[in-house]
Amino acid sequence: MKTSNKDIKIDFKHHQAAHCENGVTSNLLKYHNINLSEAMVFGLGSGLFFSYMPFIKLNGLPVISFRPWPGMIFNRVTKRLGVNIARFKFKDPASSMKALDDNLERGIPTGCLVGVYHLTYFPQPFRFHFNAHNIVVTGRENGEYIISDPIMEDIEHLTYKDLQRVRYAKGTYPPKGRMYHIESLPANYDLKEAIIKGIKKTSKDMLNIPVPLFGVKGIRYLARRLRKWPKKLGPKKASLYLGQMVRMLEEIGTGGAGFRFIYAAFLQESARELNQPWLEEVSVEMTDAGDKWREFALIAGRIFKNRTGATESYNAAADVLMDIADREKKIFMRLKQINS
Amino acid sequence: MKKKDLPQDNEGIHEGKFKDLCYVVDQDGNYVTAHSTGWSPKNTAMLQAWDVIHEKVEKIRNKVISGELSPIAYFMEKNMLDIKMLSQYTGIPKRKVKRHLKPVVFHDLDNETLEQYADAFDISVEEIKNTFSI
Repeated sequence: MKTSNKDIKIDFKHHQAAHCENGVTSNLLKYHNINLSEAMVFGLGSGLFFSYMPFIKLNGLPVISFRPWPGMIFNRVTKRLGVNIARFKFKDPASSMKALDDNLERGIPTGCLVGVYHLTYFPQPFRFHFNAHNIVVTGRENGEYIISDPIMEDIEHLTYKDLQRVRYAKGTYPPKGRMYHIESLPANYDLKEAIIKGIKKTSKDMLNIPVPLFGVKGIRYLARRLRKWPKKLGPKKASLYLGQMVRMLEEIGTGGAGFRFIYAAFLQESARELNQPWLEEVSVEMTDAGDKWREFALIAGRIFKNRTGATESYNAAADVLMDIADREKKIFMRLKQINS
Repeated sequence: MKKKDLPQDNEGIHEGKFKDLCYVVDQDGNYVTAHSTGWSPKNTAMLQAWDVIHEKVEKIRNKVISGELSPIAYFMEKNMLDIKMLSQYTGIPKRKVKRHLKPVVFHDLDNETLEQYADAFDISVEEIKNTFSI
């Protein structure tokens, strides 16, 4: 099956990240000497978002998300910097592995979209059928592929069979062997311009989408619904809904508080990059909003640990969300004014 | 969140395989990254999700023992698969997978078919056959 067993090692530096898509993007750019931090990549890619879609259910639970659609961060960052990307999708597994091997022979570190359920190096409790994970394959040694997975602290390895299996994971949004790499770099790029574009887009998404499910309006909508959960759903289901929220908010990949802390780090970096000290102040406000999200998680955690369906605890959690909505509205009203 | 407040509530969920990278503020107000071994509300949320899955698996297990369903149904639930996904992983048509969930049909399955299931479940044919045999 394999084209060759020859060892290949691309000199690729692995850096752990909070989130896989940021991490892969940042690591690939760094390989090409564009040194941007994870936080910078996240901000340039307008990675912060909020959406609550109660009518779309995943495993019987409503969809709550703190980030845009998978792939958006990577697409926006590369577009805003003028980096060209080559993308591939395959009909059959063998040709996808052949194409990956060819890439490695040519010394190209290659990003792959994979499912995490069969990711052998992942801890068991994290292995759900989630198909939007990103890794970089950086070579082959002793018959195994060398994997830079941004969630992991160190380099990992996968066999041919295991790598093929995760690239062809089944279920919702199957990756179908999708892979990508950086094809060419711009002669120069305007980081300042890209930062401003990134911030403007996030502000718009958080404030101006005319549907109440998204951004600040979405947070308020969720708060209003949440007050009714214990009555409407009963204590057990209500606590499952809350648990789902906390997982989305904190589970691997957000850097804490639904990406609010990463975004605050990005604003701090941007203040210095653009020489606009007022962004430091907004960064502090964003940190405060993140702390409030953590407070929400604490209250929620107490509710589902004790399995209490007491309306007052749900009200307390909803009150925190309303406060967060006010804070984030203020933050993005300021941020949308940004100019060079 | 301040760096000194970063929780280290290790409840074994990471199996020691990695620590979470978190963004925290140091004493000078600068953002830095730091490792966390876990946070209690998040651990509880994760365990709660698994409780739900384990409950479902247990239900199916009892149905296999009582002869209502075949072992395929048990391993399908255990791997959090539905008929559609199991069909995609095995290459066996959905309509057939559905039939194979019946104990009577299951008992007549040939080794080749069992092999396809075993491969999807990452176990041996013997395990499929023997897990529920007395």
